[in-house]
Amino acid sequence: MTTTSGKQKSDVPQGTLALMILKTLDVLGPLHGYGIARRIEQISRDVLAVNQGSLYPVLLKLEQEGAIASEWGASENNRRARFYRLTRAGHKLLEAEKRDWEQTAATIARFFEVKAGDLS
Amino acid sequence: MRFLRRFFARLGNSALQRRDEQRLKDEIEEHIALQTAENVGAGMPAGEARRQAMLKFGGVEPMKEDYRAEGGMVFVETLLQDIRFALRMLRRNPGFSALAVLCLTLGVGANAAVFSWIEGILLRPFPAVAHQERMVALEGTTPSSEYTSVDLSWPDLLDLQRNCRLVDWLIADKIMGASLSIGGRSDRAIGSIVSANYFDALGIRPILGRGFEPGEDTGQNAHPVVVISYEMWQNTFHGDPEIIGKTQRFNNVQHTIIGVAPKGFYGTFVGWSIQFWAPASMLQVFEGRNFSLEDRGARWIEGFAMVKPGVTRAQAQAEINGIAGRLDATYPEIDRGRGVNLVPLWLTPFNKANEMRSTLEIMLAVVIFVLLIACANVGNLLLVRFFARRHEMIVRLAVGAARSRLVRQLLTEGLILAGLGAVGGLFVAHWCRHLLVLFFPRTGTVPYLPGEIDWRVLALSIGVCVFSTVLFGLIPATQASRIDLAAALKSEMGGLVSSQSRSWLRSGLVLVQVSLSFVLLVGAALLLQSLQKMRNTSPGFSTRGVLLTQVDLFGSGYDAQRAENFQKQLLERVQSLPGVESAAFAGFVPLGLVPPATAPIAVDGYVPPPNEQPVVDYNQVSPGYLATAGIALVSGREFTAADNRTAAPVAIVNDAMVQQFWHGRDPVGQRLQVGGRWMRVVGVTQTSKYEYISETPRPFFFVPLLQNPAPRASLSVRTRMPAQVAAPLLAREMDALDAGVPHYALITMQQQLERSTSSQKAAVGLLGVLGGLALFLATIGLYGVVSYAVSQSKRELGLRMALGANSSNLLWHVLSRGLALTASGVAVGGVASFALARLVADLLYHVSAHDPVAFGSAFVIMMFASMAACFYPAWRASQTDPMVALRYE
Repeated sequence: MTTTSGKQKSDVPQGTLALMILKTLDVLGPLHGYGIARRIEQISRDVLAVNQGSLYPVLLKLEQEGAIASEWGASENNRRARFYRLTRAGHKLLEAEKRDWEQTAATIARFFEVKAGDLS
Repeated sequence: MRFLRRFFARLGNSALQRRDEQRLKDEIEEHIALQTAENVGAGMPAGEARRQAMLKFGGVEPMKEDYRAEGGMVFVETLLQDIRFALRMLRRNPGFSALAVLCLTLGVGANAAVFSWIEGILLRPFPAVAHQERMVALEGTTPSSEYTSVDLSWPDLLDLQRNCRLVDWLIADKIMGASLSIGGRSDRAIGSIVSANYFDALGIRPILGRGFEPGEDTGQNAHPVVVISYEMWQNTFHGDPEIIGKTQRFNNVQHTIIGVAPKGFYGTFVGWSIQFWAPASMLQVFEGRNFSLEDRGARWIEGFAMVKPGVTRAQAQAEINGIAGRLDATYPEIDRGRGVNLVPLWLTPFNKANEMRSTLEIMLAVVIFVLLIACANVGNLLLVRFFARRHEMIVRLAVGAARSRLVRQLLTEGLILAGLGAVGGLFVAHWCRHLLVLFFPRTGTVPYLPGEIDWRVLALSIGVCVFSTVLFGLIPATQASRIDLAAALKSEMGGLVSSQSRSWLRSGLVLVQVSLSFVLLVGAALLLQSLQKMRNTSPGFSTRGVLLTQVDLFGSGYDAQRAENFQKQLLERVQSLPGVESAAFAGFVPLGLVPPATAPIAVDGYVPPPNEQPVVDYNQVSPGYLATAGIALVSGREFTAADNRTAAPVAIVNDAMVQQFWHGRDPVGQRLQVGGRWMRVVGVTQTSKYEYISETPRPFFFVPLLQNPAPRASLSVRTRMPAQVAAPLLAREMDALDAGVPHYALITMQQQLERSTSSQKAAVGLLGVLGGLALFLATIGLYGVVSYAVSQSKRELGLRMALGANSSNLLWHVLSRGLALTASGVAVGGVASFALARLVADLLYHVSAHDPVAFGSAFVIMMFASMAACFYPAWRASQTDPMVALRYE
């Protein structure tokens, strides 16, 4: 199997995947597992290229945490599919995670922006 | 597709809930269907589209693990899997499982039994008493080092009671025997004389009636009331519901029964089950005229105290020391240098716990040895099974099982064995609870020495079992983690664990077993020899042809004069019986439970060390006692009927007394002062044994019974008749004089001697049983190792045979390996025993702790046992058919 980047691709950090799922559901509304995978794939290009299945344990975890809820529905080709939607707790979690993430990203970004001379 | 189907099948088997399984299955199906549809839409052929969809989905197995991990069920699931698997493995090898569980059951059972005895006899002997952990025993001390502990007097106890602020209470307790007359028949009962606060202090509520009221322990014979035990109520009074208020003759005095103690309360004298309690005011009725509550010098109380919560024993002791110091100053002539120690219950100086302590301590070490031996067997069995299963282990490792998972599997199996062993062991302990009593003679009153299985004993036993099994279960586990997978897969048979380290481990375990059981054998042999020496020691009186019984006239209300008449008439009647050579009375029974009377003495020309009053034990005997008992007279004469009340006081002293007080010069004709009264020495006897068979020669003297009456005396009869024949004759003569005098068992002097060595016998018996158990377990271990070695070296044996060895060569080859193992175990065990023998030195009598005979016999027994263990596998080896063995594999 080929990957877009030449080197071995590391696993997606779990927290990141969860955040992606939450944001996807926030933007697109109720969606089944495949739909979530497709969406993440489209945006992140290759994060789930080889490992779509790894989505499901994260979905179960989020559901057990109460951030998302699920129910059976009909998919596009009229098969039984499980649809996940964001709960109120999930919205809050997403907000919190988003803030955290932005903070972390900003901190890391500042580190990269700082030049050697600024430290003295 | 097959892959998916298998995946779903496995999923179905897992411990996941069916709803969750189905859901995941549906989701995956849907996911792959959608991806396939999209791939087809992109122009792939149907088959390739599905294949790509599945590839994109990724590894299902790891996802499944993750999914389950998210589900939080992974631990429980693998645990259940491990347990199911372990149970299956145990069922598949019933022989192995049964042997392992048997070994553990015996090992843990022995431990739990000894734990329960230590708990029930030493640590928490009074389960009916609330807060017995705060209870301490009172031990009186004297300035002289000769007696380390003495009893307390009533006035001293009252002073302590008045002045102690750090204890909740102090109680007096004194065990005694009494006659109980029911409808013309006389019976014996064990009772306790107690202070009035006894039941209230201990928190024992009588189930019928009441306990003693304050003040009932004051006034001479003022309160003839008793509380009876539940057992006495049931057995003697047949559970009479109207028992309260009825009267009953105890020691010929009418007592009112005021209460019945609850079931399960046996009094506070470890070793005997008390049947009734009387208040201290009745002391004289039970103990005799010369006891008085007012007498500060009469020390008869075996007491206890309850330290207040939060107060340490040391603090209470400091307070007591202060009070004792004041008593010393107030009553210098009586309490000079005397004190009271508060000692923990397990160090109680006066009851049977004291007698059993050293035995139980040794037993504790011994059962731990036995457990180690049993566990070594289990470890060995687990190892053998591990090697037999190495193929399974390799395969499991090869398909990706984590090593930790294999170790967990092995530990689970070990723990299941431990659980079964612990349950079995606790059953064994439950059955053995009252076994200790069996080591004591059945004549007379049987001691009460119960084991107590409470939660502490349960927890400790289970803990010990689990700890040891995990320890030994880990040995194969360490082997599992050392498996070299590549090498193991390359060569099917070897390579896994080098056969060298394998046999080294197993032989090491057997070596430990052999050396431990050798230590136990040496211990048992030493104690056995000591017991033999004790039995063969001449006590200094005849043990054959002499019968012995008690005639308690005091308990039947006789005064000195009436007792003298009765004794005189009974002697005349008994001596005229056919077959009786002679008969005599003595106040003190040698080697009995009751210590002899003791008196301060003075001798002309003997100057005692300053501040020391020489005190010597004595016996009151009737004319002809020395001849009847077979005590040799060295010089002078025996007492005659002429040495009566009106004649001049006389005494006979023993040889040890002559050495100490007359410097070896014959004292016949000299004066001896006993308790302020001068007596003429008329004879000298050889020194015999008085209280214990193991005692060193001690000063002792005799005085005439006629000049020093004792209504409670023992009758010795020299006759060739066996006791069963003589007993009814004696009973008839006694009944003819007074049917109200109770009959005690008529025993031979030999039985009396054996009774006196019963605690040594108990130690030998216990150590013998446990030593035998250890030997049995070690033999099983040795057998297992040797027969396994034979089965593993079939090829080598066949080769040897093909090259010209004959069967006796092979027999010897295997035997010598087993014997070499035993010999090295014995060498290690010998060194250990040499070092440990000091621990039993206290129990030994005239036997060196490094006695060569004991070591030699232990060696011979061990060698025989190992021959027996190795012979069958060796014989099988010698029957190896070279053709079959070489073709094998």
